[in-house]
Amino acid sequence: MTLATFAKDTRHAFAENPLTLVAVVIFTLLLLCAILGPSLVPYDPLMTDSNARMVPPSWQHWFGTDHLGRDIFSRVVVAARLDLGMAVTAVAASFVIGTSLGAIAGYRGGFVDQLIGRVFDTIMAFPLFVLAMGIVAALGNSVVNIIIATAIINLPFYGRYARAEVNVRRDAAYVEAARMGGNGSVRILARHIVPNILPPMMVQASLNMGWAILNAAGLSFIGLGVRPPEAEWGIMVSEGASYIFSGEWWTFVFPGMALVLAVFCFNLLGDGLRDMIDPRRRT
Amino acid sequence: MGSAIPSLIGVIIATFLLSRALPGDPAVYFAGPAANAESVQQVRESLGLDKSVPEQFALYVWDLAHGSLGTSLTTGQPVADDLLQRLPASMELTFAALIVAIVVAVPLGVFAAVRPSSFVDHFCRGTVTVAAAFPTFFVALLLVYVFYYLLGWAPQPLGRIDEIYYVAPDTVTGFYLIDTLLAGDSESFRGALAQLVLPTISLALFALAPIARMTRASMLTALGSDFVRTARANGLSGATVLFTYGFRNALLSITNIMGMIFSFLLGSNVLIEQVFGWPGIGAYAVSAVIASDYAAVQGFILMMAVIYVLLNLVVDLLAGLIDPRVRFEG
Amino acid sequence: MTAPPLLKVDKLSLDFRTREGRVKALQDVSFHIDRGEILGIVGESGSGKSVSAFAIMGLLESTAEIGGGSVHFAGADLLADNGAAMRAMRGREISMIFQSPRTALNPIRKVGRQIEDVLRRHGPVTGHEAKKKAIEALERVRIPDSARRYDAYPFELSGGMCQRVMIAMALACRPMLLIADEPTTGLDVTTQAVVMDLIREMVDETRMGALLITHDLGLAGEYCDRIAVMHAGHTVEDAPTEVLLEKAAHPYSARLIAATPAAADEIADLGSIPGGLPDLRRQDLPYCRFRDRCDRRVEVCDAQPLPVTELTGSHLVRCWRPT
Ligand SMILES: Nc1ncnc2c1ncn2[C@@H]1O[C@H](COP(=O)(O)OP(=O)(O)OP(=O)(O)O)[C@@H](O)[C@H]1O
Ligand SMILES: [Mg+2]
Repeated sequence: MTLATFAKDTRHAFAENPLTLVAVVIFTLLLLCAILGPSLVPYDPLMTDSNARMVPPSWQHWFGTDHLGRDIFSRVVVAARLDLGMAVTAVAASFVIGTSLGAIAGYRGGFVDQLIGRVFDTIMAFPLFVLAMGIVAALGNSVVNIIIATAIINLPFYGRYARAEVNVRRDAAYVEAARMGGNGSVRILARHIVPNILPPMMVQASLNMGWAILNAAGLSFIGLGVRPPEAEWGIMVSEGASYIFSGEWWTFVFPGMALVLAVFCFNLLGDGLRDMIDPRRRT
Repeated sequence: MGSAIPSLIGVIIATFLLSRALPGDPAVYFAGPAANAESVQQVRESLGLDKSVPEQFALYVWDLAHGSLGTSLTTGQPVADDLLQRLPASMELTFAALIVAIVVAVPLGVFAAVRPSSFVDHFCRGTVTVAAAFPTFFVALLLVYVFYYLLGWAPQPLGRIDEIYYVAPDTVTGFYLIDTLLAGDSESFRGALAQLVLPTISLALFALAPIARMTRASMLTALGSDFVRTARANGLSGATVLFTYGFRNALLSITNIMGMIFSFLLGSNVLIEQVFGWPGIGAYAVSAVIASDYAAVQGFILMMAVIYVLLNLVVDLLAGLIDPRVRFEG
Repeated sequence: MTAPPLLKVDKLSLDFRTREGRVKALQDVSFHIDRGEILGIVGESGSGKSVSAFAIMGLLESTAEIGGGSVHFAGADLLADNGAAMRAMRGREISMIFQSPRTALNPIRKVGRQIEDVLRRHGPVTGHEAKKKAIEALERVRIPDSARRYDAYPFELSGGMCQRVMIAMALACRPMLLIADEPTTGLDVTTQAVVMDLIREMVDETRMGALLITHDLGLAGEYCDRIAVMHAGHTVEDAPTEVLLEKAAHPYSARLIAATPAAADEIADLGSIPGGLPDLRRQDLPYCRFRDRCDRRVEVCDAQPLPVTELTGSHLVRCWRPT
């Protein structure tokens, strides 16, 4: 794929699916919140105010305040860093490790292949969220362990794909040529095989992001990982949930919507990216 | 069938390794936060932590084979008993959601495929994309807010049946809907159903998207296939073409994603039980995790994995019923 | 006057609406088939052979638009027929078989059941009768051990066997016309002969008509009574087989024959016919769609619509300068 055709496909993908453009805008917004969040927001996200508890949305507090009088808008914006950070780190880790393991398995074959395959199969033998709970429970209740758990349950998606693709390409002519040229296995994998399978893997990663966000937020919703008073969407929804019976909807709706927006954005980006990379698979 | 046994072995090894991955001394961990030196020693012996790792594993498998998952610190009961007692609640919810998801998503997908680019198709795809972005627990809370707090249509989201107005049925299957019917108590049946509606919808909504998407895609493939053209060329009626030729073939791809659907459902179940105060194994596990009741957590994970493996086995068998090629290979 | 032909396609024109404009897939396509006769339609890929067949069957996609002409079958106007009547006719009076028989059969249904589906559709039969008739249909296409084959799935049968099953299915209701769209493509040479012999036998036995669509002029020459040559949506020549093979009048037919050495050889690769089909999406298609590839071109070719000339004895050619 040349750069020119990629540019053409990109334009095409935007024209065909304007939602991708929407996704890019949301993505930029989220990124802005994640990077500059603390300096953008009107209030300190951790600052309590006993005079302004449970204030409904208003000009002072766009998203209202919570039971401690903290400004929910500020908390939602600042939380982007932690939520996206957890998801990005987890997906990046499983991308790198999964792809490497899969590539080794596919290239080597034999016992190594079987062993790595078994590990992936075993991960997939669990309902994934349940496994993530178990991993956090075993490793300890912390943000780092949430990331590790999310990374582990995502491993097979990259690993299996990379394995299959590498296995097919292992004996391709250009790989054979590189081998003749005296390149070692690692070099062949890194320089000649893996770059060829990266574009579809990127699509997978983007589609995975939404899921990783849901997963991490789900874990903190049930009280794992992130501890109060830290601002994080899942835990904010969970804290707000207690006030549902007194009708203080803003406490959980805004952080929830932030989650929806982020997941929606990554799902659309993934779809758009897939269209750009592989125009044939457009549905 | 071929994949179920290795999966089970993998699951057992993985849960064992997880329990040994505990940072620090597993005995202290299993004994719980309130343990003293004596009880830690007791736990160490009962788990065989003073023995070699292979011996520990053998002990672990031996216990499992005898149905022992250890004792819960929080309830003081054998974990296996706790789980079995709560399992029907979780399964009733999961199956209800599965059925709702299939009953809604499959016709939607079929319809979208039969009339591609129609309003229904676009509507269906739009809804499916949006629905996929909503976290189950958030949907659950929204539903509770709207249908319980604002409209007052739904009962209070606290458990499987409101014991103030209704009587919980005697346990036969453990599924309230079935047990109330068996007892001929239509009052309680309605009570149980009312409690079940919102959690079921919340859970089903997330499974809806992938099923509808897959149904649409596989129906499109099937209807565009050579054999459907042959069927049309032979004058077969629209219904025969659509169902006997199109849908049955599409079903194969649909069964292929059921594994993923079950994974979603069983996982999200934990979150939904949390929102609705549902007395299932998910809620049990969450309190166990928070209380560092490790034996209970481990038992829960193991049970979920076994259920998952069994469900996948059932799907494989179904796929074999539909597709002779699978049957003949096996 | 002789009796009217079984099938008569007269000046049929057909466009496809696509995003890039209209594709003029067929223009003034004419041919006919009598009872007990096999008509071959030959022409390179994209010349409109399959589209013609689908138009007869009423199996066109919704993007197809009939621009003019008529299709008459046993006296009935097929284009005027509504959907239900056409559906009732398909499989009972006109049947069609396709290439790649393995994928053309439902992979997860017993072949016997698939034949039964057709039988049940077209007549009230009891379950027992249907099964008996399905086995008979299998016997008729010389499938050995047909009672056992009834229970086979397509993946258990060879390609040739699957094609016979498809023929059995098509002939189960004893139709008057069989359309075979490249029925032997993808089969090995021996199996090809077996399948073609079978079709020939069925035609001779039941006096039905058959339309054989093929790339392979050699195959058509061997099995067809008459051959129509198509090029870019035109029928350019139509003649009894021997006449066409010996005295082809259209330059395209002549080249086709020249490109088919010694009876059987595929003409899929038309290396010896320079140029390709014109782009059928063009709005200013020339009167003669062969003009760019033709060495007999004269001024009148571009100036006026092509005439259809009848040479000796039902030999039709559409060209200004036939030989
Ligand atoms: N659905 C369609 N939409 C647009 N154009 C079409 C469609 N179907 C066929 N055509 C066009 O009609 C022309 C004739 O196609 P047809 O399939 O009849 O060719 P053919 O002679 O059967 O070729 P082959 O030997 O490859 O089967 C081609 O130019 C093709 O591009
Ligand atoms: Mg064709």
